[in-house]
Formats: sequence, structure tokens, C-alpha cells
Amino acid sequence: MNILTGIIYLIVAPFAGGLLAGIDRKITARMQGRQGPPILQPFYDVAKLFTKQNAVVNASQNVFIFFYLFFNVFTGFLFFSGQDVLLVTFALTLSGIFLVLCAYTVNSPFSSMGASRELAQIMSYEPAVMLSAVGFYMVKDSFSVAEIVGGNLPNVIYLPGVFAVFLYILTIKLRKSPFDISTSHHAHQEIVKGVTTEISGPSLGIIEITHWYETILIWGFVYLFFGFDSVWSLPIFAVAFVIIFLMEILIDNSSARVKWQGMFKTSWFLTATIAFLNLLVISIFM
Amino acid sequence: MSFIKKSPWIIHYDGTSCNGCDIETLACLTPLYDVERLGVVNTGNPKHADILLVTGSVNEQSAPVLWQIYNQMANPKVVVAIGICALSGGVFKECYNVKGGVDTVLPVDVYVPGCAARPEAIIDGVAKACEILQQKLDHEREKKRTRKAVKNNG
Ligand code: SF4
Repeated sequence: MNILTGIIYLIVAPFAGGLLAGIDRKITARMQGRQGPPILQPFYDVAKLFTKQNAVVNASQNVFIFFYLFFNVFTGFLFFSGQDVLLVTFALTLSGIFLVLCAYTVNSPFSSMGASRELAQIMSYEPAVMLSAVGFYMVKDSFSVAEIVGGNLPNVIYLPGVFAVFLYILTIKLRKSPFDISTSHHAHQEIVKGVTTEISGPSLGIIEITHWYETILIWGFVYLFFGFDSVWSLPIFAVAFVIIFLMEILIDNSSARVKWQGMFKTSWFLTATIAFLNLLVISIFM
Repeated sequence: MSFIKKSPWIIHYDGTSCNGCDIETLACLTPLYDVERLGVVNTGNPKHADILLVTGSVNEQSAPVLWQIYNQMANPKVVVAIGICALSGGVFKECYNVKGGVDTVLPVDVYVPGCAARPEAIIDGVAKACEILQQKLDHEREKKRTRKAVKNNG
């Protein structure tokens, strides 16, 4: 892990993220008994968005969208070049805050509702992410990503509870039902498209690309639980990835959205019990 | 190469339809017809949409709403009128509050007849709308090029 992997991430992530989104849409369609769009559909969508008129509601939204992209990419670069995992979580939150600011600045009721809910989402998943970072530190004695994915055994063996809670909040991070409350992949809901309601054309395209970067970063974070010094770490992660990915899509298709209170209470409760107990046990035995 | 034909996002507005045409429009999204395989997404948000599908005749109350939705859409955009009501007012034409078809308020690009219009016809209409979108995009680009050329020469 060095600067080189970081640069590879910068180039490959948008393609991989878009491809994942396409596969997601295809599998979703098949689950619903439909044929579904081509796998490359997300790329067509974004390419189209860049040919549309750029209707800007408020000039400052461009600044916020730029920083949303910038900090997301920056975070991913830090992560994939093996830097500090704490810095990664903070920078990622900062990028999320820029999206919230962008949603507030356009001054639409739908957007504002979406922004408040986005904040609730950040509040819900942040403790679990922080506890994961703490867990990695307790197991591997380091916050550096490069060292967390080293060692003799994968972290998930020491941190099954933390991993379970991380899977729970993964649904929030990936914006999937039942936790797609601030913006959804399908706009038919009471707040239209939430945070991105007022954003059109090329600006929306940039937000899509940022989502792709973020998706890859999130899956990279999942890898932290499986990586260790062995050729087996990648195959094990690949199997886990396929299972988790399919489960996420299944849950997305089979559950209705919850209120933000429900999301907030359950995720904090699980973090405070399962993840915390897990860390407690580790601190006693290690 | 342009991708606008491969990813037409639609928004559906119901003027004063009897709901017959609406059901047929939404039927296009069901597994039997599945327009998403053509890249169509029912956005429900004018700012994201390329194609405005209107069902039912337009009356005094729905006209300003329709106008508002149309104005919020980003260029290039296309309007498709679905069903006889949206084309001319249909059986409601003589009502005291009805203005007539959608073209009394907006410039309509594609007319899809039928009472109710069949899903096949609606999909055909959307396909036609995609072609018109492409034309409009080409036209816009041409205009931009001309403007640039005039600026450079003058
Ligand atoms: S065209 Fe027929 S089915 Fe469609 S809205 Fe009019 S009356 Fe109803």
C-alpha cells in the first residue's frame, strides 16, 4: 500500500463504482421479474447529464458540490494509499457535510428535508464507524490502514460484533432501503429526491460520480475486516463481498423505509451494545 | 456520440385524466413492458427529467401547474401528450372549465392517440420523443457553434 495504489484508486474507482451500480440495477430488475437496463446504464445516464443544460439555483451550490467531490476523492486517496483510518473517517464526514450544505443552500423544502435527514444519517452511522476504527487499533495497535490489513489473522475474527454493526450501517452508507431516507435511487417518495432534488444536469452528474467513488471507498472499508498477510485475504473478501452485496440488494427490494427515529435508535442501540461489548471483551483478553 | 437517446428520464403529469391513461402509462414500468431496459427512469422530479408525459385534458387549474413543471425542466426537453384527452380534450372538450388538449398550454412534440392509449403506443411515443431530444440537442450544439463562429469572426 503506497501512493501508487492511491493513484490507481483515483483512476479505477469511478469505473468500478459505476459498474457496481449497473450490476445492482440489473440484479434488482431480475429480482422484480424484469429484464432491467444494460449494465453500462449508469455511464449512459451520467454521460447524458453532462449534455444537459446546467440550471444552477444558487451559485454557491457549485462550490459545495466541488468540495463534496474533492474531499471524497481525497479521502479515498488517503485510504488506498494506506494512511490513517481516523483521518479517513473524519474527511469522509466532512465531504458528507458539504453535500448537506449544498442541499440547504438551494432553499427548497424537499432539499432541506433531505438535508436534515442526511444529517440524521451521518449521526446514526458515525459512532459505529468510529468504534470500528477503535477496534482496529485495539487489535493491530495502529490506526494506519496499511498495518490494519496486515497481521496473521483477519480483523473480523476479533471483531465479529463490530463487523455485524458495521454491516447494519452499511445499508445507510449505501443509501439502500430501509435507510434511504435522505435521498433514494427511486424518486417516488414524499421528499421527491431529497438532497439532490434541485440539482440538475452536469452538477447531478458530478454527484453521481462522487457516489461511485464513495461506494468503492466503503467497500474498501469492508475489506479492512478481512485483510491480513496472506494470499487468501483477497479470495475470502471476494466471497464475503458477493454475499454482502446480494444481501444488500435483497434487503433493499424487500423492505419499506423506516422513519429517521427508527434508524437512529436502532443503529445507536446496536453500536452501544454489540459493538461496545465486543470491544470490552477484546480489551479484557488482549 | 450522444447518450441522450439511451437514457430518457421521464416525468408524468396527470392533467384531468380519467385515470385510464395513467394506469396504462404506469403499466409500461411493470415487468411485462419494463421500459427500464431502454434506460427509462420515472423520475417524478422535473429538474431531472428529459421527457414530460401528460395525460388528460388541461383545465384552468392544471394549466399553471403544467407550465410550472415544464419551465423547471432543463433543456433539451420534449413533451408527449398521451390519450385523446391530452390531444384535443376528448370527451371533456365541451366542459366549461376545460381548455382543450395539452397544446393549448405547451408546445407538444409527440401525440400518442388512444382511449386509453395502449402501453405499446406509449413506448413508441417515448421512442419518438428520444429522437426529437437528439434533434433538439444537435440543434442546440449547432447554435452554440454558430455563435462561437460569429464571435470569432466579428
Ligand atoms: S383518453 Fe380516455 S382513458 Fe385517457 S384520460 Fe381520456 S378518457 Fe381517460
